[in-house]
Formats: sequence, structure tokens, C-alpha cells
Amino acid sequence: MDALLLSRLQFAAATMFHFLFVPLTLGLSFLLAYMETQYVRTGDETYLRMTKFWGKFFIINFALGIVTGITLEFQFGTNWSRYSSYVGDIFGSLLAIEATASFFLESTLIGVWIFGWNKLSKKAHAAVMWLIAGAGTLSGVWILIANAWMQHPVGYVIRNGRAELDDFMAVITQKFAILEFFHTIAAAYILSAFFVMGISAYHLLKKNNIDFFTRSFRIALVFGLVFSFFEIAEGHLHGADLAEAQPAKVAAMDAHWETETRAPIFMFAIPDEKNERNLVEIFPIPGMLSFMAYHDFNAEVKGLKDFPLDERPPVLIPFVSFKIMVMLGFYFGFATILGWIYRNRLLEKPWYLKMMLLSIPLPYIAIEMGWVLAEVGRQPWIVYGLMKTSDAVSPIAGSQVMISLIAFFVVYGLLGLIGFWLMFNHARKGPAEVIAPS
Amino acid sequence: MELQTIWFFVWGLLWAVFFMLDGFNFGIGSLMPFLAKKEMDKKIMVRAMGPFWDGNEVWLLTAGGVTFAAFPDVYAVMFSSLYAALMLVLFSLIVRGVGIEFRGKLDTPAWKRLWDTCIFIGSAAPAILFGVAFANIFRGIPFDGEGIYHGTLLTLLNPYGLLGGVLFLCLFLLHGANMLACKTKGVLHHSAVRTANRLWPVTLVVTVVFLIASWFATDLYDNYLASPVLFLFILLTALFLVGVKIFLVKNSFIKAWTASALTIVGATFFGIIGLFPNMFPSSINADFSLTAFNASSSPMTLKIMLGVVIIFVPAIIAYQSWAYRLFKDKITEESLAHEEGY
Repeated sequence: MDALLLSRLQFAAATMFHFLFVPLTLGLSFLLAYMETQYVRTGDETYLRMTKFWGKFFIINFALGIVTGITLEFQFGTNWSRYSSYVGDIFGSLLAIEATASFFLESTLIGVWIFGWNKLSKKAHAAVMWLIAGAGTLSGVWILIANAWMQHPVGYVIRNGRAELDDFMAVITQKFAILEFFHTIAAAYILSAFFVMGISAYHLLKKNNIDFFTRSFRIALVFGLVFSFFEIAEGHLHGADLAEAQPAKVAAMDAHWETETRAPIFMFAIPDEKNERNLVEIFPIPGMLSFMAYHDFNAEVKGLKDFPLDERPPVLIPFVSFKIMVMLGFYFGFATILGWIYRNRLLEKPWYLKMMLLSIPLPYIAIEMGWVLAEVGRQPWIVYGLMKTSDAVSPIAGSQVMISLIAFFVVYGLLGLIGFWLMFNHARKGPAEVIAPS
Repeated sequence: MELQTIWFFVWGLLWAVFFMLDGFNFGIGSLMPFLAKKEMDKKIMVRAMGPFWDGNEVWLLTAGGVTFAAFPDVYAVMFSSLYAALMLVLFSLIVRGVGIEFRGKLDTPAWKRLWDTCIFIGSAAPAILFGVAFANIFRGIPFDGEGIYHGTLLTLLNPYGLLGGVLFLCLFLLHGANMLACKTKGVLHHSAVRTANRLWPVTLVVTVVFLIASWFATDLYDNYLASPVLFLFILLTALFLVGVKIFLVKNSFIKAWTASALTIVGATFFGIIGLFPNMFPSSINADFSLTAFNASSSPMTLKIMLGVVIIFVPAIIAYQSWAYRLFKDKITEESLAHEEGY
């Protein structure tokens, strides 16, 4: 097998695995900071127990997030050396800024937070978690600016046979980056909220630590509710902007073949890529795609057939991942609204608690689908319109990549099993009694 | 000074700081099976790394990131050429980090054994591999004008490369033993001190052999011969290494640790100074070599990144020093009983 396909598989596996652990740390850190602050303000030890119980999930996820993140950065060099040479001037800087300006702070403070309970004042210890949360989100800003640049390159000139930085402010303030950041960060916050709600629901169903888990549930509920609705609105803006920035991706994710005005969205369709059509199309909503893309039911939406074959993304994968992501996005809004209605009588609604317990994996699926859409939908480009993925791969032997790919599957597979098993165990055991810091 | 020259030495400094800081973790992790006589010893050794390893590992991320930002061609060719070696390093670091974090999460012997093995391999392997990689860079790597590597993992395992691996391992073991001497009391402390004292002559011999071998295997000394004042730098590094022994004898362990830290920085800079302006020399043809001047980013990127480094690196040093001071206390069975970290 060739190095290109294997490298793509490896990068996909490594990124998707990395992003199983990062989102929870992004959102949970804010919930922890809030819980610990409540403890400091009120002296109520339930908040301390909450901070420690949920903190353990944070620590497990952070450990897996950092070690898998380091391999990601180096993979640009190992597997995508042509890409690295071509765009390092811009893309490399963004990664380097992320490390120096925010990730350093987060990583250093994690150790301080875990081991510093008796070494810092209560206030300072809580402040450390706020800083961790802030630094984590700031890391997200830089990483997503970097990814946004691959999706929609701006602020560069082609000079010396490569893309060189021309306007730094354009790169870091472009609309695509802002939309992508808010979309991803809100998704991470939703995931964290559903995680806390789901585990709380499990214990509420068993009538364990009712006060502890009702409060945990409600804190997460507010967080989840706000960001679920934020996400629906933000997702729409992001999609509309995509129509301008990456029309081919929009055509693929809606399996839209022919350029037309009043372009419909189908409630159900099965794309048939070989014959450039949809095998099945049911329940069209006329003009909806035009409206979603351009806020005008009569707008013309470019179809896949009008993109040259070698500039078309695959259709089925973006199409399916987009639909799943959107349906789940609406479900999160629905589930959190229900939660708000039932917030004072959660114990009387065991079916709702069961639903929330079973919902824990859903935001994970939504987030992974979102990334699949973003990355597969950008193909065949690694930098949209500027560099093809096939031109980006390192001149290395496929056999080498095959070995490392297998190693990734084995090591990551085992780590994932162990990590989730630890979380599962800790979740089932519930909170322990804690000693208040001296 | 030219922007590229400044960046070259910033690049060297980031690697040196990474080796200095994560070096003691590599050392402690590698010494664990030999020094830890009972479970409590292991707990203490893991706890000695616990608050620091992730903050230290970010220096590697930054060294890599800065290579990417300031010298994209070096980043591209270096890491694709050293593919297998780097992958081994990365997997080692993964199992080490996870080992440190997960070891205490469950209390069964098999679980502990699993992560003890991971911590050992994950510490010793990168220590050796970084040494092998850097020695090979000093020596030159067989890659062509297209940046294509003509060799395998075994190509790197030549005598000089292996000597580099042994040197790094010795330096990190000594550094780790010093750290442990600072962080522990009682029996563990004494075995750490004894280990440091035993490692010192070995490290000295390996260092001298490496300095001599470099004369024959590399062009590193060209820069030193061109401006002999630079030899003072090698002398200074040698003094740091001698200092380690002096402070060990005087039972000043923090000073001994500082001396071994400076020895590691000095050893890294011995190579960095010798390389200049080369960053990734080709052993096939010197014309293919990547230098600070032919592989750098645009002046605009270099300036912006320099601003970032000037603002943030002092801040990082400040808050990391604060974190080190916060956890300066010795770790004992009693102190562990009062905390829940691991």
C-alpha cells in the first residue's frame, strides 16, 4: 500500500483518537472551576467532593490528550513533510504559538492543581483551575486558527516556491477561524455537559448521593442548554459561510449534484457517486439548501457536477457525517430543554434520566462526525484550493507507515480501552469522602 | 546578528531546556527498577515526576513547533528522515506519560507491573534515542537534495550514534539520581546518592570518549578551530560535570542537580555550536545540508515568532520555576499519606 493512503489513515486515526479526550478537558475544566469556586465561596463540602470526583475524569482525559497531541504535531513532519515545507511559514507558527502562549500554562498548572491542594490557599487553588480552563480554550483558538487556514487560506503570498506569511492579522482574525473556533469549542462544552449529566443520571436512577448528583446535573444542564442552542445558531452561520468558502464541501455534504436555483434539501437521500446522482431522494424541501447557504430561497447553489472531477470531495462520507452531526445537534437542544423543564423533579422522570445516561456517547459521535466532515469534505485538498493532499505526503516508504499505523492501532486501542474502563469504573463507584485541604 | 542566527540558537536552547528538564524524569524512570526496593519507593519516585512531566514535555512540543515555524524545511526533512526513530520516541513518551498518570489509579500488582514497565521503557528508550538521533545529526544524515532519506533505522545505529545514545542515557541517569537525592529521605535517598556517585565516573569517561570520537566522526570541531575561544565553552561544560562530583561529595544535592542540569545544557550546546549554521547536515553531499539560512521561514514569520518567544518564554520560565518551588519539599511516606495525587 502506498504511503499516501496509509498516512491519511494514520492521521485520521491519531486525530480522531486525540479528540476523544480533548473535548471533555475543555468543558469540564470550566465546570470544575465553577464547582471549586462555589466551594471556596460557600464552604459547602459537597462542592469540594464534586470538584474531586469530576476532577478525576479531567485528569484521565488530560493525560491521554497530551500524549496523543504530541504525536499529532510531529506527524506533520514525519508523514506530511511536503506540506510542512510548503506551509510551515504560516501553519507551523500557529502551532508554535499554541504551545508557547497557552498549552505550556495549562500543562504546568495541571500538576499544580493535582498536587497543590495543601500547598496553595483555597482561592489560589480554584484560580488555578480557571487558568487551566482559560488556557485550554486559548489552545483551541490557535489550533482552530491553524485548521481554519487549511480550510480557507488567507494572508499569504506564494514566494520562494512556498506559501509565506503576508498578513498575520488576516490569518488570525478571519471569519472562518472565528466560526470554526466557536463551533468546536461549543461542541466540546456540550460533550462535557452531557458527560456530567449522563453519569449523574446513572446515580440518580440508583438513588445514590441524590443531592450531589442533582446539583452536578443542574450545573451541567445550564452549561449544556446554553451551548446546545448557541451551537444550533452558530452551526447555521458556519454552514452559510462554508457556502462561500468551500462550495464543493457544501455540495458534497448535501449530495447536491446539479447547479440550480431553489435548491432543495432532502430529508433522506442515498448518494450514488459513480453515476453522479442520488439513488433515492425522499421528502424534498424546495429552496431550503439555497436558503441555508445564501439566506435566499431562490439563490443558485453550485452542484458537484460543475466541479472538475479531480477537485471533488468524496460525497458519501461528508453527506452521512453531516446529517448525523446535524440531527444530533438538534437532539442536544431538545434533550437540554427537557432537562430544564424537569430540572426540579428529575427523580420523578426515570425515563429522562435513562435517556440522558444513554446519551453520553452521542456528543462524541457528533464531534467526530464534525471533524470527518471538515477534513474529508476538504479533499482532495490539504489546503483548500492551494495544495492537494497527494502532493503533501512525505517521500517515505509505505512499509514504514504500515508498521507505525499498526502500532497506532494497537497502542491507541489498548490505551482507549484502559482509559474508558478507568472512567467507567470511577463513574460507577461514585464520589468518595474527601478530607478538606488544610 | 542576523535573524536566522538568533533563531538557530533559540532552537538549540529549546532542545537544551527540554533535555535538562525532562532529562531528570527520563533518569528517574530508568532508575526505577534498580532503586525502588518496595512499593513505597516506586510511589515516591513516580510522585517525584508527577507534577512536572507534562510541563516538561511541552518543551519538546515547543522545540518541535519552533522548528516547524522557524525552519520548516528542517522540520520536514528531519522528522520524515528519522521517521522510525521518532515514532519510537513518541510511543515511548505516550506509555511513559500514561504510566505516570495511571499507575496509582488501581491497586493490583499486575496493573502496577504493567505501568512500571511502561515507565521504564518510556524513560530509557527516549533517553537513548534522542542521543542516537542527535549524534547522527552531528555526523550527517544520508538524505538527498529532494529531502529523501537513503537509509533505515539501522543506519542510525552506527558506533558514533550509539555512543551518543549512551552519553545521553548517562547524563540523564546522573541527573535523575541527583533529582531523586534532592526529593527523598532515608534509604531511597542514600541509594540515589550512591547511584549518582557511581554514575559520575562512568559519565565522565563516556563524555571524554564522545568528545574524542566527535573529532573523528564529525566536523563539529571546525567551528571551534575557527574561533578557539569557543573551546572555553567545552571547558566550562567539563567544569559543570566536575561540579556534580564536588557537590555530591559535599552533600549539596540541589547544587549537584543544578550542575548536572548545566552539564546537559552544555553538552547540547557543544553540538549546537559545532553544527552552526548547519541544522540537518547531509552526509551524501554538503550542498544538500539544511542550514539556518537556506531552511528558514520568511523574515516576517521569524520576527513575529521572535516576539512571541521574547514575551512568553520568560513567562513560562517564571511560572514553571514557581511550580518547582511549590513542590520543592522532600517526598516521604508521611507526605504521601496527606495528599491524594497518586
